[in-house]
Amino acid sequence: MAVTAEGTPPDGGKIKISCRNVWKVYGDNPQAMFGDDAAATDPAGLARRLREAGHIVAACDVSFDVRAGEIFVIMGLSGSGKSTMVRCLSRLVEPTAGEILLDGRDLLTVPDKDLIDIRRHKMGMVFQNFGLLPHLNVLDNVAFPLKLQGVPLAERRARAQRVIDLVELGGREAAFPGELSGGQQQRVGIARSLAVEPELWFLDEPFSALDPLIRRQMQDEFLKLQQMLHKSIVFITHDFLEALRIADRMAIMREGAIVQIGSPAELVLHPADSYVAEFTSEVPRSRVLRAADVLDPAARPGADAPRIDGRARLQEVYPLLARHTDGIAVTGEGGKLLGAVTATSVIRGLAAGDTAAKPAA
Amino acid sequence: MTALFADRHARIWAGVLVFSALCVALSGGLPWLKSYPDSLVLPVTPILNDIMTWFVGLFGWAFRDISFVLAMPIEGVRQLLQWLPWPFTMGVCVIVAHAAAGWRLAAFTGAAMLYMAAMGYWVESMNTLALVAISVPLSVLVGFGFGVWAFVSRRAERIIMPALDLMQTVPTFAYLLPILLLFGFGAVVGLIASLLFAFPPMVRNTVLGLQRVSPEVVESGTMSGATGAQLFWQIRVPSAKRQIMLGVNQTTMAALSMVIVASIIGGTGDIGWAVLSTMRKAVFGESLLAGIVIAFIAMAMDRITWAFATGESNPHAAERPFMRRHAHLLLAAALFLAVLVLAQVEPALATWPRDWTINPAKPINDAITWVVVNLKTQIELIKRGAFFYLMLPLRVGLEQSVRPMTWGFTFTGAHAIGYAVLALAGAAWMLLRGKGPRPALAVLGIALLFFVGMANFPWPALVAVFVTLAWSTGGTRLAIGTLAGLAFLLLTGIWTYAVLSIYLCGIAVLISFTLGTTLGIWAAHDKRVSAFLRPINDTLQTMPLFVILIPIIMIFKLGDFTAVLAIVAYATVPAIRYAESALRSLPETVIEAGTAMGCTRWQLLWQVKLPIALPEMMLGLNQTIMYGISMLVITALVGTTELGQRVYVGLSDGDFGVGIVAGIGMAIIAMSADRMTQSWSASRRKQLGLV
Repeated sequence: MAVTAEGTPPDGGKIKISCRNVWKVYGDNPQAMFGDDAAATDPAGLARRLREAGHIVAACDVSFDVRAGEIFVIMGLSGSGKSTMVRCLSRLVEPTAGEILLDGRDLLTVPDKDLIDIRRHKMGMVFQNFGLLPHLNVLDNVAFPLKLQGVPLAERRARAQRVIDLVELGGREAAFPGELSGGQQQRVGIARSLAVEPELWFLDEPFSALDPLIRRQMQDEFLKLQQMLHKSIVFITHDFLEALRIADRMAIMREGAIVQIGSPAELVLHPADSYVAEFTSEVPRSRVLRAADVLDPAARPGADAPRIDGRARLQEVYPLLARHTDGIAVTGEGGKLLGAVTATSVIRGLAAGDTAAKPAA
Repeated sequence: MTALFADRHARIWAGVLVFSALCVALSGGLPWLKSYPDSLVLPVTPILNDIMTWFVGLFGWAFRDISFVLAMPIEGVRQLLQWLPWPFTMGVCVIVAHAAAGWRLAAFTGAAMLYMAAMGYWVESMNTLALVAISVPLSVLVGFGFGVWAFVSRRAERIIMPALDLMQTVPTFAYLLPILLLFGFGAVVGLIASLLFAFPPMVRNTVLGLQRVSPEVVESGTMSGATGAQLFWQIRVPSAKRQIMLGVNQTTMAALSMVIVASIIGGTGDIGWAVLSTMRKAVFGESLLAGIVIAFIAMAMDRITWAFATGESNPHAAERPFMRRHAHLLLAAALFLAVLVLAQVEPALATWPRDWTINPAKPINDAITWVVVNLKTQIELIKRGAFFYLMLPLRVGLEQSVRPMTWGFTFTGAHAIGYAVLALAGAAWMLLRGKGPRPALAVLGIALLFFVGMANFPWPALVAVFVTLAWSTGGTRLAIGTLAGLAFLLLTGIWTYAVLSIYLCGIAVLISFTLGTTLGIWAAHDKRVSAFLRPINDTLQTMPLFVILIPIIMIFKLGDFTAVLAIVAYATVPAIRYAESALRSLPETVIEAGTAMGCTRWQLLWQVKLPIALPEMMLGLNQTIMYGISMLVITALVGTTELGQRVYVGLSDGDFGVGIVAGIGMAIIAMSADRMTQSWSASRRKQLGLV
């Protein structure tokens, strides 16, 4: 199916970081209830028993892989455990059970010293409320992670300056966080997380504290940055539309567990249950579906038909289709012809999506 | 060098430094630079004395009449408490404690009162309680009245509030003398003094409570058609009750501590006098035992009033049956009748029998003697070490303090040159670290201070330093205020004493703040440390000041070092509290961000937590200074030579002018230090966006 092909990230799907059956339980002594193999055989039952015993289950048997170079979004409402999960990945929160594999190495068994080293060199994180140091100006804030590593003053200032220019904050280096707007503060946060040139980039609701207009603009800039940088990204949000806009693949969480993982189109077209369907039902299909999702592989467009990349959203396809009623050629990786989008194929795709989006719940 | 010219504050400080060095260099030839010339001292003290004599002569009779009237209720309560059989008084206190906070406090109160009786301090304790029993309601009433007035009239508020500031910073001893002159001797002095000292917190809390009542609550009252009086008594006051009750708590503690301090003039036969007189006789076992009585009274009173202030009153209390509603009252009445009847049969129930009294003072004295004799070398080592290597150089400078007797060699020109080279090298190193010129200037300034000593520092240079300090923390207005204050110290001729006060208090505050902040940081990271420190802090804070002195004098005898230790014991508490609370209330995300960036524990503490927590910690420094200054007066009892001693001298010689001038001098130091730390903290918090 076209959607799976589209879910594949640019560099062939090497797994960067991977979560295996991770649990996070808050309470007096949750460890005691992980003695037998219940976590492996009956996670739902274990979660229920933990909750009955007065524990709080923030993450329940969570597994997912993040591939190198992809944007993996974890979406969920407040209290669903998404922030806990991203913190488990850097061990800001210590998981109760499970494995976190970074480049195949289990992070949970790494000694503290190495963990600090990994955080310093391999990970960058952006926080919802920015987490800037109020006593340092923009330049020193961005240079701070480099200072922790012991990078000499001149070099760290130069490197900080580069990322500041990257997030278009040039000229505000001497300002203090308190003197900046929310959007500017988050740019500092982004610059700071990029200063060490991390391979893994965690963003915990980075735009949720911003005004809607700014949010939109920051999302665009974020996507532009990623096109240049190709980081492996875990992006947390509670905003389903934001997730759709940004994600290569996404996971939906509810009550600490993952409900569904897939590309945005997969989620919209084939919601796993009524909970996911509730999110997807109001989403305009044209903003999620791409040309590759609705093409007719058998159709052979005319030689003069315009060509379009398979990743183009339907909303970009419509105006073209209005002028070229015979259909538009769709190309995939390396310019290979995949088929054509025609008015009929679009309608068929939309109809299929609609029936799938309303399961017999 | 270029950095120096870019930084305006650093430039001015460099100027002050050069000016100071110049004054020091010239002071050899110009003696008036070293000590302020006597010929320029205004005769403020004799004028004040004349005014006082004239005033007493004119209105003395009125005050003596008031004194006569006030003496009656004091005497009445005193005789009542002495007459009441001890099981009844004890029972009532236990019942009150139970009503306030349940069985644990009741048990503590009972034990505390048994201790009083068993140690043979029952009579003295009752005399103290009698005074407190009159002074607390009076202070509460006066304080509430002024509070309401300040709340109603903005003009009144503008006068009352600064007056309160002044009243609370002028040291307590300074109050005593004018009161003594006006009201004559006796318990009335204690009452008036404690009234004056104790009503300000009540005013503050009343105003605060009334102002904080939500406007919606008041509006809802108005809309229900409440009259002005109804609005006040039935809406505002009940809504502000909690804050007002906190005022009662603070007022009670202040009244008690002043009653104890007032016993310094004697004649009231109370527990404070028992401590003081035994202390003077150097029988420390007895003074410790009596001191513990004061500590127990203070703790019980604090816990009881605190519980009444913060406890939730049961909203369904009125629905309960009569017997349960008034259980405490009925119990007290039953107890009264029972004890009264039984006391007729068994006299031991009327007054605590002599042979029931135990007196462990002798073993305590023996133990102290043993410690002092056997640990003599260690004690001397600590005392001399601190005195010769830190306190003396800071006081009189290296040149005079480095002697064969103290350091083992004489301070020569070569040493001075070596010292100067060392200081310059330190400053140069600071400059090379790339943190701007400020640390380098600080190194040079401190080096100069130790070389010359506080007492020998030319006064124009010190004035320049303090005024600049005020200017760089609080701007021009504070600088002018400070200058005016310093002018008072110079013109009244108490400059030398004032400098010694600053020296003594400065050392103690430095130690307290360092120690307290370290402990506070530790407590913020370790729950067990926090749980261990909290009751100690509580106890030290409720303890009337001169009880703290007792164990320290026992071991280290009289002198400056003992004074410093006593101040440290008392003034460390706020530093601990503020440091711990500042670190615990840091924004979560900043710490998380630091961890995520790979901070080690130390990096997180030094580079993330401390810089952000610093402004609040500076409020701790402010409190440390205030505590230090209030303790400073008490340490006059151990023979220091500074303003506190002058206050004490004024009191014991009956010299009103000397005492009050020194008292105001201390208030000036306290208020300047207060404003400087406050405004530094405020501007820094604003800068960090923490407000």
